[in-house]
Amino acid sequence: MIHQYKLNGYNIVLDVFSGSVHVVDDLGYEVIALYEKNTPEEIVKNLADRYPESEIRDCLSDVEELKSAGKLFTEDRFKPISFDFKKRSNVIKALCLHVAHTCNLNCSYCFASQGKYNGERAIMSFEVGRRALDFLVENSGKRRNLEVDFFGGEPLMNWQVVKDLVAYARSIEKEKNKNFRFTLTTNGVLVDDEVIEFANREMSNVVMSIDGRKEVHDRFRVDYAGKGSYDNIIPKFQKFAEARGDRSYYVRGTYTHLNTDFTEDLFHLADLGFTELSMEPVVTAPDDPVALTEEDFPKLCEQYEILAKDMLRRKKDGKPITFYHYMIDLSHGPCIYKRISGCGSGTEYLAVTPWGDLYPCHQFVGDEKYKMGDIWQGVTNTELRDEFKLTNVYARPDCENCWAKLYCSGGCAANAYHATGDIRGVYEYGCRLFKKRMECAIMMQVAENMPSSAE
Amino acid sequence: MKHIITLDTREMNEANGGCGECQTSCQSACKTSCGVANQKCENTAE
Repeated sequence: MIHQYKLNGYNIVLDVFSGSVHVVDDLGYEVIALYEKNTPEEIVKNLADRYPESEIRDCLSDVEELKSAGKLFTEDRFKPISFDFKKRSNVIKALCLHVAHTCNLNCSYCFASQGKYNGERAIMSFEVGRRALDFLVENSGKRRNLEVDFFGGEPLMNWQVVKDLVAYARSIEKEKNKNFRFTLTTNGVLVDDEVIEFANREMSNVVMSIDGRKEVHDRFRVDYAGKGSYDNIIPKFQKFAEARGDRSYYVRGTYTHLNTDFTEDLFHLADLGFTELSMEPVVTAPDDPVALTEEDFPKLCEQYEILAKDMLRRKKDGKPITFYHYMIDLSHGPCIYKRISGCGSGTEYLAVTPWGDLYPCHQFVGDEKYKMGDIWQGVTNTELRDEFKLTNVYARPDCENCWAKLYCSGGCAANAYHATGDIRGVYEYGCRLFKKRMECAIMMQVAENMPSSAE
Repeated sequence: MKHIITLDTREMNEANGGCGECQTSCQSACKTSCGVANQKCENTAE
């Protein structure tokens, strides 16, 4: 399968099943487009009025050579292994620990319903958290790297338990031959020097929630009195980010129908000194006034292009920024198993509620029919686990002819479920945005590997 | 090649089975719209 597109002055051709990325001239672009449905003679005839015959034949020979080398028009040889996935092991390597089903902000767009996940306010006890960590170790097989995300709600509202759980994990990791990697996701309200110092010592990653410009951020991210949190959190996060040094962090925002010019928010964050950025489309019901609309779509595509071009410029100027969705490592990215096995929700990744119930991921928490078990009994709904094992890209009929399937691996099961009622469906709007982001990310790789060409 | 430049990309080799040491897709920053393209391989044996 081939996907070809033009962006920022480049003609780009992706060979889906080999992962190859080609940059071609105009003739190459046309020859590749005609190649599968025409004979060489037909292609020569078709293009003869615009290109010299010798050039066309030369180009055809380039295409043949790449095809023989397995870098163009490669066949799908991965489909058979995808159906073995039901037999794959039940190893768990990551937990999203909902340490606080409560929040000190009252953001109306929150997919977690202000941290409560449509339930009661709750705080995870140390005992539940410790058992969750033991459960993870017991079920992690030979995996050494174990990921634990302190999530909520707002996890800093249960900070002592977070610290105690980190200490507990550190006390067992050597004996168990494990390496815990912690992530803290926070709205910033309770960040202070002690949080920064602890997080910089213990958290592999920190996710700081900021939506961008003050008026955008304060539109949703307000306290229970309705007061915006921007002025309170920005100085704290600036200090936090600076203190991270080489350690990973992301400033993560959400954009909605009301700020489809979201690059202004990203550039605002860059102006504030943040360099590691993520900005996500809002996940909400289609009838929500802030939901993204069909009319928004071309604007969003334009924004992603603006962002990619500006990031190239910033890098050239020696002031690079990172955008989470444009991070792509063509030479050392995910293996084919990662690319076809789906996001891992419900299998290698589970969410744990404050009272110890297990769900496929944080986005299913609160939906009783997706309860998978608990941290004492383990996964008892094995039928549901088997369903999630097969939520890979080959199990989704809508992905069959999609060029981006080995970049997304089938996408988000929760988004699919909320959009179609089926975890094996697809959230089509999200897919289209994802494809646009991939086109931009790959274009940036092309630009950086061909510095003398157009930008 | 005169008409086509090919970037260096990782070989899609189905023989190794995958070691699973990499980060879970949704873990790091998005939480709502994951993919795998931006994940790094953490296979230390490779």
